[in-house]
Amino acid sequence: MSSYVPSTKDEKQQMLEAVGVKSYDELFADVPSEVFLKERLDLPVPLSELEVSRMMEAMAARNKVYGTILRGAGSYNHYIPSAVKDITSKEEFVTAYTPYQAEISQGILQSIFEYQTMICELTGMDVSNASVYDGAEAAAEAVAMTKERKRVKAFISATANPEYIATVKTYCFASDTELTVVPEKDGKTDLEAVKQLMGDDAACLYVQSPNFYGIFEDVEAIAEAVHAVGAKLIMGCNPIALGIMKTPRELGADIAVGEGQPLGMSMSFGGPYLGFMATTNALTRKLPGRIVGETVDARGDRAFVLTLQAREQHIRREKASSNICSNEALCALTAGVYMTVMGPKGLAQAANLCLSKAHYFASQLSAIDGVELKYSGEFFHEFVTEMPVASDKIVAALDAANILAGLPLEDGSILWCVTEMCTKEELDKAVEIIKEVCC
Amino acid sequence: MELIFERSRAGRGNQVLPECDVPEYKLGGDMLRAEAPKLPEISEGDLSRHYAALARRCHGVCSGFYPLGSCTMKYNPKLNEKIAALPGWNNIHPLQPDETVQGCLEALTIAEKFLCEIFGFDGLSFQPAAGAHGEFTGLLLIKAYHHARGDFKRTKMIIPDAAHGTNPASATMCGFTTVTIPSNEYGMVDIEKLKEAVGDDTAGLMLTNPNTVGLFDRNILEITKIVHEAGGLCYYDGANLNAVMGVVRPGDMGFDVMHSNLHKTFSTPHGGGGPGSGPVACKDFLLPYLPTSVLGGSGNRPDSVGQVKAFFGNFNVVIKALTYILSLGAEGIREAAENAVLNANYMKTLLAPYYDMAYDSICMHEFVMTLEGLKKETGVTAIDVAKALLDEGIHPPTMYFPLIVHEALMIEPTETESKETMDEAAQVFIEIAKRARENAEDLHSAPHTTPIGRPDETRAARTPVVRYSFDA
Amino acid sequence: MITPEELLYSESHEWVKLLDDGTALVGITDFAQDELGDIVFVNLPMEGDPVVAGEAFGDVESVKAVSDLVSPIGGTVAAVNEELLDAPQLINEGAYDAWMIKVESVTGDDQLMSAAEYEAFIASQED
Repeated sequence: MSSYVPSTKDEKQQMLEAVGVKSYDELFADVPSEVFLKERLDLPVPLSELEVSRMMEAMAARNKVYGTILRGAGSYNHYIPSAVKDITSKEEFVTAYTPYQAEISQGILQSIFEYQTMICELTGMDVSNASVYDGAEAAAEAVAMTKERKRVKAFISATANPEYIATVKTYCFASDTELTVVPEKDGKTDLEAVKQLMGDDAACLYVQSPNFYGIFEDVEAIAEAVHAVGAKLIMGCNPIALGIMKTPRELGADIAVGEGQPLGMSMSFGGPYLGFMATTNALTRKLPGRIVGETVDARGDRAFVLTLQAREQHIRREKASSNICSNEALCALTAGVYMTVMGPKGLAQAANLCLSKAHYFASQLSAIDGVELKYSGEFFHEFVTEMPVASDKIVAALDAANILAGLPLEDGSILWCVTEMCTKEELDKAVEIIKEVCC
Repeated sequence: MELIFERSRAGRGNQVLPECDVPEYKLGGDMLRAEAPKLPEISEGDLSRHYAALARRCHGVCSGFYPLGSCTMKYNPKLNEKIAALPGWNNIHPLQPDETVQGCLEALTIAEKFLCEIFGFDGLSFQPAAGAHGEFTGLLLIKAYHHARGDFKRTKMIIPDAAHGTNPASATMCGFTTVTIPSNEYGMVDIEKLKEAVGDDTAGLMLTNPNTVGLFDRNILEITKIVHEAGGLCYYDGANLNAVMGVVRPGDMGFDVMHSNLHKTFSTPHGGGGPGSGPVACKDFLLPYLPTSVLGGSGNRPDSVGQVKAFFGNFNVVIKALTYILSLGAEGIREAAENAVLNANYMKTLLAPYYDMAYDSICMHEFVMTLEGLKKETGVTAIDVAKALLDEGIHPPTMYFPLIVHEALMIEPTETESKETMDEAAQVFIEIAKRARENAEDLHSAPHTTPIGRPDETRAARTPVVRYSFDA
Repeated sequence: MITPEELLYSESHEWVKLLDDGTALVGITDFAQDELGDIVFVNLPMEGDPVVAGEAFGDVESVKAVSDLVSPIGGTVAAVNEELLDAPQLINEGAYDAWMIKVESVTGDDQLMSAAEYEAFIASQED
């Protein structure tokens, strides 16, 4: 049996004697006898490393790993450079706790400071936190940042990822905040509805661009409408697209958030991922979560510390605006290493490959009789098609060729995603298969 | 040391991706950013050295003793990491059809079954990504439960003064008002004060047991009964579960809902501040309110509180915890708890002649010392002792927590430390206590051998520099 | 510790300076700033906000603590010392120059202590 307890039988005995008890049970004398477990738990017997290994490998093998993935909707299949996994597996990073003791945590603190700088560069913002749980939760935390005494109503566009809308709804239910979903029009946020719905009691609007359907929103116009009533604009962004696209700052957003998973994290059936959050100087103190700052040490040398901590739960307790403590530090490190390996040119190349390949695939698909792009707006690496046949037929046919189809939506359309991972050959093959099903 | 941006040289980089093999698509120029983000331009060789240097400036469980109270810094087994890195998990899209993710669903199902057995609960959700996220989710279950019964007046959450700061912060996020009750002289819930606090406005009670001073509250059955009789529910903060797993179950103590920190109790690494995993478990009457995923789907659950993040939670962390539970089995789970408690008591016994203990009785997996006496005598504070430990390669205990103990140092050795590690560490602590009396000044200026000295935190907070400035 | 004669004091360590125009300045005492240590940020109310004697009107942050600012008087905030938002160290450097809010329609100022009473109060607390 291995419970990773190093003590030998003799040592345990010596320690029990030193403590002055005769048995382990005596240590638990405060546990009421009616609930003290006399029977062993109904769990399996302990297994050796080899047995566990075999069992878990067999379990993992019962999943289907697709050769080609044409599905996104919040989780994206990108290439992860070799350096990323290798560097982020270093035990010193993996096995450390939150860097409370700055003197022996400069490595983690500096890596977070570098990450914060990179997120600011991507978004055009002044300040980034050290991460939150994921893109959906980042959206919810951002909404909470914007609430003021007289600004109590939150708005979210219907074109946002449904998982994000659901998450923001939950957080608003928690804080008794009224949340309104702003309707869509041709796959984009309905600007007229924004103007009609939002008044001077509005705290914020969350809009995602590219949105759930892959389409770029008219963020500048939306920002103008939101600011006209004095509310804040929260923009959900795709970090790969930010390699080439106008920054949220340039578009007029007050807070930029998003899912950092495309920056070097595998899909892993949904997590762990990385929520990034960045904002302007004016909102710095409203930003939740850990923030690393630069200072000097007693010797006058550069040093990094967790800073602005008086915002946080361990100090402010019931007055804290968020309860977050553990975040996704190792994922932030991962994103930092990814962006460093890629550099500005590599990130732009990834973005352009996604863009070009998605448009190639969209044009090939829409050349098939009966297949049409559902929306007219400019898109990034996702788009929706109307299909002449039931989507499950297309999913099944592609599955047989080891291709994961786009995500079937409720109305029978399909949301496709193409990244740099798909070769022209793979895309052509998928088109052939779909053509056969449709005709 | 240099920042990665200071190592950057224009024109350097790595050829990671291939040329475009389809016609290039161009967006309108007005959609594109004015200038490229200033990401580092660096060769892979320099990058490797940069991160190696950063790693040397960290202290992990791999580097040395890490008795950080309330964080359960136990050893993170290699097997867990190997299994979690399998492509059969990592290359799986969260929205794949069910029939193609049978392995993932099996892993989650088994992990749920095992954890529910350990917790004494009927079901759980893996969606919460950390302990605080779990608290938020669990309290929402309580809110939803009261609302479903049409009872909207239960707005108060009772929380002991010794609780983690996340507890009251979570209560506020869920729209509850925190009612703080003082602990008694033994660090436990003051029963009379609890009786005074409960009423028809009580939504529930949040409690850690063993509590935050490392003691098991022997009145636990009476406590949960008092709350239930007032119509409230009991929330178990699982931060300290490592002390009692396999020995006693939160579900049997009268709790209705709880979270567990898989990154503490179940050996998954903390990653310098996450990712963790904070599954929320509950009794059957609360199951309808557990979170659900809209795109990933988990059936028709109209009463669910909704999602707290996208998809199914930090899946990969759950795989590590499952691997751990399979390795330990029923016997190993209890053995881990018993030895966590033995180790803490052993270390407490070694230190008791030299340091004042906040509470004298047998402790659970951690214990709290108070350096108030030492401070009065020598001027040496808890932070001084902590900083002196850094010079000896030991990660300091948790400082200044819980708030009810002055000059607190909270030590949690965990079960994965050997007797000689604790013997050696105790010698270091004892030596520092001596130095405090002989040369206090030396401790005020510690640490002396770490990569940096004490940082100026006031400057960092007054004039925040939170990103690198390229103009400087 | 400095305790200017011309000011009034509260048990929560705020000072009040009654001005000739019927308004009053409010800040924290030298004793309070010393207890708090280096102040890194101050949260202040907005002009027009009501303040109630005995209730918080803002808070001050040191690196690892946050403390409520308890209003010693009732009234309405007429002005806020915005200089402190950018330079909170002014509170440490001169607690009686660093007024935080100016209050109009003042009530409850008859409940406050004189300098001598405040010094006696602190002495009694330290026992």
